[in-house]
Amino acid sequence: MSQEFRLKDIGLIKRNKKISFKFNGKKYQGYEGDTLASALLANGVHLVGRSFKYHRPRGFFGAGADEPYAVVQLYRDGETEPNIKATEQELFEGLEAKSVNCWPSVNFDIGAINNILKIFLPAGFYYKTFMWPKSFWYKVYEPFIRKAAGLGVASTKHDKERYEHKYEYCDLLIAGSGPSGLSSAYAAAKNGAKVILAEDKSRFGGSLLTSDVNIGNQSGKNWAEKIIAELKDMPNVIVKNRSQIFGYYDHNMLVMSEKISDHLPKTKKYHPNKKLWYIRAKEVLISSGSIERPIVFGNNDTPGVMLSSAAKEYMKVYGVLVGKKPLVFTNNDSGYETAIEFKKNGIDPIVLDSRENPASEIVDEAKNLGLNIKFSYVVVAAKGYKKVKSADIALISKDKKKLGKIENINCDCICVSGFWTPTIHLASQSGNKTKFDDNIDAFIPGKSKQNETTLGAANGVFSLKETLKTSFEAGNNLSKKITNIENKVSIPNIVEKKYSKHDKFWCVPLPKGKNYKRFLDFQNDVSVSDIELALREGYRSIEHVKRYTTLGMATDQGKTSNLNGLQLVSDIENKVVPSVGHTTFRPPYTPISIGAIVGREIGKHSKPTRKSPMHSWHEKNNAIFVDAGVWLRPRYYKKGDENLFEASKREAKNVRTNVGVCDVTTLGKIDIKGPDAAEFLNRVYTNAWLKLPVGKARYGVMLREDGIVMDDGTTTRISENHYHMTTTTAQAANVLSHLEYYLQLVWPELNVNVVSTTEQWAGAAIAGPNSRNLLKKLFPNNDVSNENLPFMGFMEGDLFGVKTRIFRISFSGELAYELNVESDYGKFMWEKIVELGEEFKIQPYGTEALSTLRIEMGHVAGSELDGRTIPYDNALEGLVSKKKDFIGKRSLQRLAFVAKDRQRIVGVVPIDKKTNIPEGSHLVKDAKASLPNKKLGHISASCWSVEYDNPFSLAILKDGKNMIGEKLFVMSPLKNKIIPVEIVSSHYVDPKGERVRS
Amino acid sequence: MLYIKCPHCGMRSQNEFSYGGDASVKRPELNKEISDQEWDNFVYNRKSLRGKHWELWQHLSGCRQWIKVQRDTATHEIFNTLKAEEEIN
Repeated sequence: MSQEFRLKDIGLIKRNKKISFKFNGKKYQGYEGDTLASALLANGVHLVGRSFKYHRPRGFFGAGADEPYAVVQLYRDGETEPNIKATEQELFEGLEAKSVNCWPSVNFDIGAINNILKIFLPAGFYYKTFMWPKSFWYKVYEPFIRKAAGLGVASTKHDKERYEHKYEYCDLLIAGSGPSGLSSAYAAAKNGAKVILAEDKSRFGGSLLTSDVNIGNQSGKNWAEKIIAELKDMPNVIVKNRSQIFGYYDHNMLVMSEKISDHLPKTKKYHPNKKLWYIRAKEVLISSGSIERPIVFGNNDTPGVMLSSAAKEYMKVYGVLVGKKPLVFTNNDSGYETAIEFKKNGIDPIVLDSRENPASEIVDEAKNLGLNIKFSYVVVAAKGYKKVKSADIALISKDKKKLGKIENINCDCICVSGFWTPTIHLASQSGNKTKFDDNIDAFIPGKSKQNETTLGAANGVFSLKETLKTSFEAGNNLSKKITNIENKVSIPNIVEKKYSKHDKFWCVPLPKGKNYKRFLDFQNDVSVSDIELALREGYRSIEHVKRYTTLGMATDQGKTSNLNGLQLVSDIENKVVPSVGHTTFRPPYTPISIGAIVGREIGKHSKPTRKSPMHSWHEKNNAIFVDAGVWLRPRYYKKGDENLFEASKREAKNVRTNVGVCDVTTLGKIDIKGPDAAEFLNRVYTNAWLKLPVGKARYGVMLREDGIVMDDGTTTRISENHYHMTTTTAQAANVLSHLEYYLQLVWPELNVNVVSTTEQWAGAAIAGPNSRNLLKKLFPNNDVSNENLPFMGFMEGDLFGVKTRIFRISFSGELAYELNVESDYGKFMWEKIVELGEEFKIQPYGTEALSTLRIEMGHVAGSELDGRTIPYDNALEGLVSKKKDFIGKRSLQRLAFVAKDRQRIVGVVPIDKKTNIPEGSHLVKDAKASLPNKKLGHISASCWSVEYDNPFSLAILKDGKNMIGEKLFVMSPLKNKIIPVEIVSSHYVDPKGERVRS
Repeated sequence: MLYIKCPHCGMRSQNEFSYGGDASVKRPELNKEISDQEWDNFVYNRKSLRGKHWELWQHLSGCRQWIKVQRDTATHEIFNTLKAEEEIN
């Protein structure tokens, strides 16, 4: 029969909307508004999973985020997600879920043998057992543990869902929409404050949805509905359900995860799955309520044992009975609310109250209803394996140490109430030092650390009257300070029942001769005996006990287990709980999807993509692109079925014989202006800059203060007080910050301004013996002869009406020029170059050919200027001025930097002139030496020399200066290669530099 | 995420800034003869203080100004921020 545990007229579910779903392959029905948990319970399904260590059957324990058991694998829209709490997952048509941590099935789980072997699986078992023999670890122990452990399986597919991030600012951020959150939100909103109210569940109202209270002249539930409706209509209020504020970070920054699509069969088009809100609030009100504490007794993990508040919520919100023969076990008044609710729905519960003679209105009410109540009674152990079948109960002595005669009574569920634990996670995360409140046997927030105020049950206030009063006041006072408006609202009248105190009792002693497992942490299978063992073995700090036993370390983060664990440690240690202290509360409060944290910054979107103005031309001409910093650059232009190697060789060869053109827009460009610009450059670069004439470029090297080369590039004097600096593509941003640092902080007296112009200029390099002939065609109105525009010269030219900066500089080592035009003319320039270059056999070349050309010329680049080398290492010591001071100069005197056998750049050629040398390989003297073989240097860059048609590499080699002509070995264990090589000069081609001056 | 008051732009989130180290370090004057120890102290040696600390930040994605921030390294509390040219006292 379907839904035989569904009640007729109660609950907030939509009975006219039936929903079919599957659990472990079997079809069930529920209603819209159900959670997976409530729908399963309505169908009488209590067995949802197996426990982590002993594989004991597990059911439902709670009804929300505190749930330790009901963790399932969810299937939705062709995707799967692990670690979903059935108590939080809303039901949708076609939902499929499976149990985790069991094999072959939840009903018959082979791992349950661990339950029989449990005496061999105490706390720290893994640490103790799998130590020896060492060789067993990888092959035997680890695979076994990995297979046995874990909750569910992560999908290996690409996540097709979209996740968004949002930044928001507000006056008051309110966590929780129970009586406290609603009151403070309402008061603050009336004062005109910008308010965000967040509720993690789908329904607003918190405890008002399940408690029988009146606020003013209406029910609590109706009052909540009215307030929410009003708040939603106010333009200064954002009200969000399904939104969990899970982290409280520095300076009042809180992060909230909004589930937008998880309750739907499929994410709607153009909608994200989740939205992560980064909220900077002026004031934070924590109204996160409290979570019921369990009482610890034998086999208290049996399916059917659950929190009494959860049983009540299943009835009142979902119209579901968790059992038809309920046993309510309580140490306080709350259990009676659940018992009375059962009675109202035609079920007769038995109530066990550990207290002797509590005097409160609700107990009297229960008595008047004719409930079977046993005072000074406790549950000793639950009976039944996959479901509670009965309970062993007994009278308990006043000191709670001695049990009377054991009696067995029939029941199909045990609803436990061990009083309430304030949810102080957010307050604690804010830095608030919590304090122990003896009245409620739990921690509450202490002095505020940031602008946070904790209210209501989260602050240990369980009186509704008091909660409304303090919350209205807090909302009003905090908001009026911000808005300077006060529209005071009157606090509604509450009539409260007289309550009596809870019993300071949390763990039922074991009867003589019995060895029941009494669980503290249900998800991680930590029992009383595990804690006792840890303490016997000498663990004292609660943080150590936690890590040794894994108490509170599961995905529920010990929401139901922490305090009972602390009580146990305190009892054994004869300390009071506050001196034991609690472990640190860390965000997130509940598990958050990695996708939501990452947001949209995935794949190509993990960083911005910059394209040069000529990008579309490259695309049209079969460019294969490569990431260069944040830029996309053509790596090579594919012709026919050429591969990278063939294409780059062709392109480089064409530069050496004819002329090539390369997009150099990506080079960093910094405009430097001011009367002290020359002096500034003179301090920044290692070489002399004071005498550079207008219209000339100069190559410069800049160091960090520790003497390491930071960057290189050419800087051109455009006019008297105006320079154009170029940097490498990768270091452009760092160099700008570096210059700003010295101008703003170190030498503010220098009158200089710097600004990045990287994106303002499009750049093209024309290189090759035919480049001047091409230049003449491009600039018919300008004199670009060797005399008028010599090597390292600069002039402005007229490119068919477009003003162009022409620099005669060369990275390729050939006669070469770099042309810069304003970005919008970039494509015009490029197409003109290609068009007019045709007669000179021009070909575009990409970064691969560019590398080949610079490597065989011995020009250094990022792979040599790698943050570990000084000018000498790069054969750049000629550029280091002896006369003037500059950034980093003093460091060049360091002993290691002046060592006689200091590393230095060299060329490397394989003896066979055939074998390619892998970049990153090591150079060694003896290939057969025993390991570790002493490394003499490393290959920084490799290419196929188009000049000599054989492989050529650059290397940074110890004592490189005196190694020319030596025969060494290149070793690459990664590629399993040993290559005999000869060390040559790094200037492999045109060592005298005649071509660039030709 | 810290909330830093840029003296030029106002309150901004940390992700607009980049960290620049101890603000009390003074670069030795150019062309001045100094000992290895003095230079090492400037380049390398830093006290990793717990508590109030003046440090440099650059408002990288904002006004690009380097600023001085007095922050508690343990609690992240920010007490004061200054422009580059303002002296720490």
